[in-house]
Amino acid sequence: MTTNGSTVQNHTITALVRDKPGVLNRVSSMFRRRGFNIVSLAVGHSEEPDLSRMTFVVEGDKRTIEQVNKHLHKLIDVIRVSEVSSDNVVSRELALIKIRATSETRSEIIQIVEIFNAKIAGVSPDHLIVEVTGDQDKIESLLGLVKRFGVMEVMRTGTIVMERWLGHLHDQQSGAKRRNWGEAASV
Amino acid sequence: MGIRMNGSQLLCESLVREGVVEIFGLPGGAILPLYQTLPEYPQLRHILTRHEQGAAHAADGYARVTGKVGVCWATSGPGATNLITGIATAQMDSVPIVAVVGQVARASIGTDAFQETDTTGITLPITKHNTLVMDPAEIPQVVKEAFHIAGTGRPGPVVIDVPKDVQTEEVELPYDSFDEFYNALEIDLPGYKPNLKGHNSQIRKAVKLIDEAEQPVILAGHGIIFSGAYDELRELAEKAQIPVITTLLGISSFPDDHILCVGMPGMHGMAYASIAIEEADLLIALGMRFDDRITGKPSAFARKSKKIHIDIDPSEIGKNIEVDVPIVGDLKRVLTKLNPQVKETTHTDWLQRIEELKAEHPSHVIRDANQLLPQLIVKELSEVTGGDAVVVTGVGQHQMWAAQHFTYKYPCTFITSGGSGAMGYEVPGAMGVQVGVPDKAVWSVAGDGGFQMTMCELATIVENRLPVKFAIINNNVLGMVHQWQEFFYDKSYVATAYTANPDFVKLADAFGIKAMRVTDKVQVRGAIEEAMAHDGPVVIDFVVEEEERVYPMIKAGGTIEDLVEEPDFAPWEVAR
Repeated sequence: MTTNGSTVQNHTITALVRDKPGVLNRVSSMFRRRGFNIVSLAVGHSEEPDLSRMTFVVEGDKRTIEQVNKHLHKLIDVIRVSEVSSDNVVSRELALIKIRATSETRSEIIQIVEIFNAKIAGVSPDHLIVEVTGDQDKIESLLGLVKRFGVMEVMRTGTIVMERWLGHLHDQQSGAKRRNWGEAASV
Repeated sequence: MGIRMNGSQLLCESLVREGVVEIFGLPGGAILPLYQTLPEYPQLRHILTRHEQGAAHAADGYARVTGKVGVCWATSGPGATNLITGIATAQMDSVPIVAVVGQVARASIGTDAFQETDTTGITLPITKHNTLVMDPAEIPQVVKEAFHIAGTGRPGPVVIDVPKDVQTEEVELPYDSFDEFYNALEIDLPGYKPNLKGHNSQIRKAVKLIDEAEQPVILAGHGIIFSGAYDELRELAEKAQIPVITTLLGISSFPDDHILCVGMPGMHGMAYASIAIEEADLLIALGMRFDDRITGKPSAFARKSKKIHIDIDPSEIGKNIEVDVPIVGDLKRVLTKLNPQVKETTHTDWLQRIEELKAEHPSHVIRDANQLLPQLIVKELSEVTGGDAVVVTGVGQHQMWAAQHFTYKYPCTFITSGGSGAMGYEVPGAMGVQVGVPDKAVWSVAGDGGFQMTMCELATIVENRLPVKFAIINNNVLGMVHQWQEFFYDKSYVATAYTANPDFVKLADAFGIKAMRVTDKVQVRGAIEEAMAHDGPVVIDFVVEEEERVYPMIKAGGTIEDLVEEPDFAPWEVAR
């Protein structure tokens, strides 16, 4: 899929934001208003008190992603925005999957779960709850494999990412295509 | 040791420290404690508007003409929602205003209490920032940051929502005086650091493009006015002999009577300006945002040119139009660095070509007619005032004629609702402008439609002895919509005729305002002169030709090929 001649794909963006009431609303409102498409969004405390970190997976072409970055940065409560490539980051998502299981299928499901280094988080007579962490691809493949047993419910946290190197200190060495939108740090 | 103050006092004290003198507002239940504190602060002049929309627009007009942050107050619920049009207008045109809004008491928030509205929720997408203050002790910090955010970087509106019991609660400050306390407050906005300087290597790239260009044009926008970069713009234009095109909001950033001025381009711009953009090999866009009224179809806009875009807001760069050299920074500072590096040159052929275009496409020429043409009124106004007046407009045909036919010679003399296109701006907007520049002539060029949206503020104008002059371009029709119906809806004139307009002369009389009616072109100049000689407000009802159209015209989303320069028929012979 392309618009304006460039490819539409998923991009991962992280933002360091002030932990204040309404910040998530400001961010999501900006996405809605400007028509940007969020694939997943995860929010949690950061290493610093009063600051939270958000990870967005956003679908769009290069120009759209640049606008997402700039408009995120334009929000007063957003302190830092960076776009990370998948080359040199740890990317994880947690999913809970409720799978229909009978006495005939249970052991086969457990085998698949083991291959994926996933866990059985809950058991009942007619289903299993599987807990799996990994990047989006891994979770998608597991879902694909267990689909035929009957997936009753899926709960996913959305992707969070962390660069292998100390981000801004090692930009050059890391080789990660990390783009700091330094010039966007204003309105 | 220590001072005790309630939330309302803290707010007023903070406003005083921010240099606020005028406040436009209208009280109500949830903001009463704040109002009841006003008598303690005689240095704050409150102007009681008749509608909160008027308060917001007036604060906006005041801010545009003075360069200071405009302030308006309103109560919760309907007071807050009535501000919305004015806040959205300020947001679209980057105008610094701070709106202080009352809110129901903290314990009642979220209970659908009387006159409760989620003000911060509603204003979130139409403000630069907003805050609900839940602790009176935070008020000074919030106010200080609000003025900083509103007035710096790309300016814009900030809303402060203050619950009623936050206004009344007392707090103790561990300082001997409020001054000492306020001065000690530090702005704590780690996510807000406007980049003002402009990147040196980007500036060098821009200089190279400018030096190499054979057919450059400057597109000057609102940013020149906010930055006060009039002299720098003029220096660049004169040094490299570059023609200057001004956007609607960029009008009066460069003198219209300057030989290099080419006027406004776009939908209703001068044909020669639009064509010059198409022929140019370099566009130097200064503090403008490639609005759709200028670009038409973005993919077909100015394809032959390279583009330099200098703007303080990085998110404007590449938003509508891809550019070759972006520079993020304050225009005055960037141009101060850029100008000395640019080569002096003449561009004789190109300037000659521009003169040819002006001769071939005389968009600014008003045709001979027996009727009272609205364009003529604007032209006469320009001549009588000598350009030494601030023109404020509403939105529609009269706005375009005011943009086209007045010769703006002095900085910041054209005030209009551009991005938002808010009809009704002409009355309260002009009121706020006159409060900001009490000694200047302020002319509101009004539409009969927009005037009726906000004419309640005539009472405010009389009450405050503001000598605003109103030129109502009265065609008894919603003119621009009417024009669109003619062009794009096969002359199906639905809901645009005003068949029961009031007698504006009697109406003004009822407000105690001097008024005149003009129906013939020979009366125009005399009426304007008479209005100028009167030291109070004046309303002139110019009854003009209803079927007059704004030309040139490029349809929305169109290209230069869609340019229509003149009517192909005598309009009033056809439509009736």
